[in-house]
Amino acid sequence: MPIAIALVLVAVGSVAFHLLNPWWLTPIASNWHYIDATIAITFWITGVVFTAVVLFMAYCVFRFRHREGTQAAYQPENKRLEWWLAIVTGVGVAAMLTPGLFVWSQFVTPPKGASEFEVVGQQWMWSFRLPGKSGRLGTTDTKYITPENPLGVNPNDPNGRDNVVIVGDDLHLPVGKPVRVWLRSVDVVHDFYVPEFRAKMDLMPGMVTRFWFTPTRTGTFEILCAGFCGIGHPQMRGNVVVETESDYQAWLQKQQTFAQLSASAK
Amino acid sequence: MAEVVADTVGSIGPAEVAEVELYHATSWLTKYVFCQDAKVIAIQYSVTAMAIGLVALVLSWLMRLQLAFPGTFSLIQSENYYQFITMHGMIMVIYLLTALFLGGFGNYLIPLMLGARDMAFPYVNMLSYWVYLLAVLVLVASFFAPGGPTGAGWTLYPPQAILSGTPGHEWGIILMLASLILFIIGFTMGGLNYVVTVLQCRTRGMTLMRMPLTVWGIFTATVMALLAFPALFVGCVMMLLDRLLGTSFFMPSIVQLGQQLSYSGGSPILFQHLFWFFGHPEVYIVALPAFGIVSDLISTHARKNIFGYRMMVWAIVGIGALSFVVWAHHMYISGMDPYFGFFFATTTLIIAVPTAIKVYNWVLTLWRGNIHLTVPMLFALGFIVTFVNGGLTGLFLGNVVVDVPLSATLFVVAHFHMVMGVAPIFVVFGGIYHWYPKVTGRMLDETLGKIHFWVTFLGAYAIFFPMHYLGLLGVPRRYYELGATAFIPPSAASLNVFITVAALIVGAAQLVFLFNLIWSLSKGRAPGGNPWGATTLEWQTPQTPPGHGNWGKELPVVYRWAYDYSVPGTERDFVPQNQPASAPTA
Repeated sequence: MPIAIALVLVAVGSVAFHLLNPWWLTPIASNWHYIDATIAITFWITGVVFTAVVLFMAYCVFRFRHREGTQAAYQPENKRLEWWLAIVTGVGVAAMLTPGLFVWSQFVTPPKGASEFEVVGQQWMWSFRLPGKSGRLGTTDTKYITPENPLGVNPNDPNGRDNVVIVGDDLHLPVGKPVRVWLRSVDVVHDFYVPEFRAKMDLMPGMVTRFWFTPTRTGTFEILCAGFCGIGHPQMRGNVVVETESDYQAWLQKQQTFAQLSASAK
Repeated sequence: MAEVVADTVGSIGPAEVAEVELYHATSWLTKYVFCQDAKVIAIQYSVTAMAIGLVALVLSWLMRLQLAFPGTFSLIQSENYYQFITMHGMIMVIYLLTALFLGGFGNYLIPLMLGARDMAFPYVNMLSYWVYLLAVLVLVASFFAPGGPTGAGWTLYPPQAILSGTPGHEWGIILMLASLILFIIGFTMGGLNYVVTVLQCRTRGMTLMRMPLTVWGIFTATVMALLAFPALFVGCVMMLLDRLLGTSFFMPSIVQLGQQLSYSGGSPILFQHLFWFFGHPEVYIVALPAFGIVSDLISTHARKNIFGYRMMVWAIVGIGALSFVVWAHHMYISGMDPYFGFFFATTTLIIAVPTAIKVYNWVLTLWRGNIHLTVPMLFALGFIVTFVNGGLTGLFLGNVVVDVPLSATLFVVAHFHMVMGVAPIFVVFGGIYHWYPKVTGRMLDETLGKIHFWVTFLGAYAIFFPMHYLGLLGVPRRYYELGATAFIPPSAASLNVFITVAALIVGAAQLVFLFNLIWSLSKGRAPGGNPWGATTLEWQTPQTPPGHGNWGKELPVVYRWAYDYSVPGTERDFVPQNQPASAPTA
């Protein structure tokens, strides 16, 4: 008997907790509100299933509990019922998967004309590189890394000369412009994680990974590392400042290019 | 032996293979220590697994204390925290759950439930345990090694696992990899045994489709483990070579803290593929035995046949097969080709269908049953609740685009603890309460059992259900401390305190269980050979606990499936599998 009550409490309590608790997704600051919508759909479907199964169990435990003289029914199979349940489950799964894959196809298809920047991770700090006037990022290799060239930009690649290099400082982005992100790590696996943007991606040493998003509101957002990277993992922080185009251009003018950094080092 | 005729199955042929003489122990040492009896090996496995599991439990208290009261305990520095989470995870998944389900329950139940005298290769079976014990000792040794155990996270991702930014990179990681290699060698000896025993040593009349679901679950899980563990094995060997000989299997060129390292050309993502090619089936290597055992618990204690037995068997086999094509759902944000996401999200969500069928069939077994709310039944009910909860949150994480914001947050931690921590361990508990009277001849104390159940069930739910919401909020996992983080409100810290208090209480309840295990050994009620009125063969042994060789002169003959409960027209509410159809019910 207590177990039937407990099961009802677990079902009802979980729903109540879901509705009343103060912890929820951070206010979104990117175009990926479709992700939030898919989460909401998934919550609805799974919530209904969970509540139904647990309440049904509670009913069974109460109604069919052992009493003197009771006997269980003998029913090995019910093909019809089993197939029905399988089909209904399949439909429910499809209702979650279909919007999920639809949104994923957007996730893997960056819009044409998106600007781009590069994130470089190392234990335990973030660095960034933006294309300069030529609009292109120069090639890189870990073997070029020196104190004067912390991101390993290829000094022989003309495309890299005008790249804006930001080490140990905030990244700025213009609001409303789609942007492709290239990610690179010089040591271990890191993960570029800004909760408000929803999208995140690993920095996998030895390769360049990628994703895209559009910042949709101005503000300063904290970058965390979401790929365990050793002892300093929780301290690996940075900021993204999303601002208007004019503020962004003003900031960009003040940044140093790879060529300027190399020259000043000499 | 004569041919046995039974009207439900046609006829049961005479035995084709002569009985093999077992090695009978001649001394205390060969009877209790270097023993070839699967039942003794099962107890050795179980006791070792639970002992190392207690270590992992204490580690979880320490990490929870740090999360609730950051910086309060000088004993828990950042490097210790990472060592604790790493060892907690690895011990619980591999050295406790895998060893307990396959080495413990598997060894005890496979021969008994199939009407065999022992495993097919008793000597190799014995070796399997001793290699496992060695693996555990090597693991424990890393706590005392210079630099301590590895703190690389239980996934051991290179490059960080073997580089200096990670605690335990000196000795810890080497011992960890060596221990895993040993574990896999030991497991392979046991695993081949389980498979051969199931396929070759079933008694007369025990067709595959009459095997109890417990055996189906353990059998399928073992086949999977034999296919999945080699991927981990080679991964461990290659990482060990990278660490010790400076090879570059998983190591690209790296600049660490301004130093160019001598590695070049390796691929860290390759390790992730190898790890998860093992790691995802591993989830089901733990889950399938739990599925099987819980089916038998529910059926026995609800006095009703398992609903849809054939569907249950095919669901187990189907889940086992599908689980080999879903591994990269652990790597959606690893930077692998994003188009993989379409494939792996689809396969992952398809697995939900056979899994859901299993849940429906458990619940439908309760429907119109005669439910005895014994401690095993309570734990079985607790399993269904936590498994359904954790399975449903898997639909979030499997759906690639939903996984992107949630991966690497506490949502993942909450999900996998609910589905492959809490749920299977409930089955372990239920199974121990259920089979303890067969193993020891004594019942576990019911009052202590109920206290254990209630605190563990409600407590574990209170730990892991709210934790999902911290993950939704965006709290990342593997953070020694959150520090000042703008998007995390102070209320999240209060929730962390609540979770820690619940974890300490749940942990303490396990001591009640431990006490019960020891106390009941001598003080428990002696209930006879078949206290639950169960149909399966292990309850029909001539002696309780069963002697070496399990059966008397003759092996039992099986006439029916394992679920003849409450059959209309029979006097008792169960018919043992070895009772002929024509014989009058006693």
